[in-house]
Amino acid sequence: MDLYAPMIGLIILGAVFAVFSVVVSTVIGPKRYNRARLDSYECGIEPTPQPVGGGRIPIKYYLTAMTFIIFDIEIIFLYPWAVRFDHLGVFGFVAMVTFLFLITVPFVYEWRRGGLEWD
Amino acid sequence: MTTRLADQLGRAEIQAVEQVEGFGADPWWIIALKCLGIFVLLLLMTLFVIVFERKVVARMQHRIGPNRVGPKGWLQSLADGVKLMLKEDIVPKAADRVVYILAPIISAVPAFLVFGLIPLGPEVSIFGETTRLQLTDTPVAVLLILAIASSGVYGLMLAGWSSGSPYPLLGGLRSSAQVISYELAMSLSFVAVFLFAGTMSTSGIVESQERIWYALILAPSFVVYMVSMVGETNRAPFDLPEAEGELVAGFGTEYSSIKYAMFFLAEYINMINVSALATTLFLGGWRAPWPLSAIGDGMFNEGWWPLLWFLAKVLVLLFVFIWLRGTLPRFRYDQFMKLGWKVLIPFSLAWIVLVGGLRLAMNEGVTRQQIFLVVGIALAVFMVISFISSWIGERVRDDEEESEDAAEKPFDPFAGGHPVPPLPGQQGSTPVAATVGPPAGSDHTDESDSSEEGTRA
Repeated sequence: MDLYAPMIGLIILGAVFAVFSVVVSTVIGPKRYNRARLDSYECGIEPTPQPVGGGRIPIKYYLTAMTFIIFDIEIIFLYPWAVRFDHLGVFGFVAMVTFLFLITVPFVYEWRRGGLEWD
Repeated sequence: MTTRLADQLGRAEIQAVEQVEGFGADPWWIIALKCLGIFVLLLLMTLFVIVFERKVVARMQHRIGPNRVGPKGWLQSLADGVKLMLKEDIVPKAADRVVYILAPIISAVPAFLVFGLIPLGPEVSIFGETTRLQLTDTPVAVLLILAIASSGVYGLMLAGWSSGSPYPLLGGLRSSAQVISYELAMSLSFVAVFLFAGTMSTSGIVESQERIWYALILAPSFVVYMVSMVGETNRAPFDLPEAEGELVAGFGTEYSSIKYAMFFLAEYINMINVSALATTLFLGGWRAPWPLSAIGDGMFNEGWWPLLWFLAKVLVLLFVFIWLRGTLPRFRYDQFMKLGWKVLIPFSLAWIVLVGGLRLAMNEGVTRQQIFLVVGIALAVFMVISFISSWIGERVRDDEEESEDAAEKPFDPFAGGHPVPPLPGQQGSTPVAATVGPPAGSDHTDESDSSEEGTRA
């Protein structure tokens, strides 16, 4: 825990700096609100009413996020394997190549089915 | 098998503790001093980099750049910061107030943390206390850095979502999609480094680069990292979240005053962070570059000198960032995502397998000549295959395009429901009268329309 504790110092400094600047600027900045200024920006026309709760998000981003999670898990397995590589020998290498192959198959499938097309 | 594994794990634990020896024993005032030092260093670097960028880009475009505030304009970014502080702070009516105010703070705070794990130098003595020039190190330091860096995405995402307006929402989604895509390539590029260093602690990785920099022996990893670090920080040519032609200012459209500045502060600190990480993992960290390191029995690798080399390497990488911005046009979104998912990630995976295989062969006692022979043959076969396949692919594509050209339909100006003028080389089938107002045949309906409007008014 001693190794991680010093990070708290940086967290405190960063947070104090960020909160302090935001608070100070709201206090000392001018306040001349009017209706147009508080509206959302949309090319100067009347803003389109937005659905409550943010509305829908395009499916493309959802698919990207799903694939990201799978690869991120793969990376989490790769890191300790890489660190202990010299001690794991042939067995470790073969196991990891098998694992990579298992992840690559769905990746190729997604690619061929057009899951990685953006426009 | 299990006993062997347990034995190995036990040894791993001992090794992990040994790796970060010399950390976690500092008195509290040294820790406070280091925190403050890192914090001030980051703020000064940010102020410097902003002016530096403007000056360099100005030179590249035959302009002078900022030269009014302070000596030769070097205080420009400080003046800009103060100005932004004094500006009106607007929270739009449609915004989710709490999240809207928290988002810039969420994106700024993690940016400050990464430097705590970066080794800035070897052991030095501060007021008689011997300590390492690094706030702290852990056996999983690089993993921790990745975790901290990716938590900054929440700021961008929440900023876009909480503004309650279409442009910021799209910008926020884009930047999060972009950052997570390039984070994968970035994380994969580290695997080869861990493989060679045998540790994830940053000081251990710098230690293991005493003989040769990983940028040289693991050049493909370094290239992948360089590309993905630009994508990760949303910088040109990958600054799509801020593509002003499409999304105004992206996630920051509704922000003003210091909150807007916070996003920029985070962006610039993140640039410094990824440059520092590149220096640590690939460019030998704080070690002096080759000719200097040989002078006087390594005297430049001791004491406070390494801080200079470290900052110099980081500045060179920051200059590369600015250079890219000054020379390359912005990518299109689909091209950008294609590069990340279809080039960098498959390439990194193949590279990891290759490096692992080579390393394994070396460990198993295969001679260097044999390895080179096998790799050379494999490379030659691969090149021949890729050459043939790309040649065939081009032929097929050309044929397709030709057949498309041949089957082109005659131009119809009303195809999409709206009249459009013909493109150069196209022949309009029906002449479109260039008149303002309704076509001649529709007088009657127009009259009834206007009369209706008249009655409504």
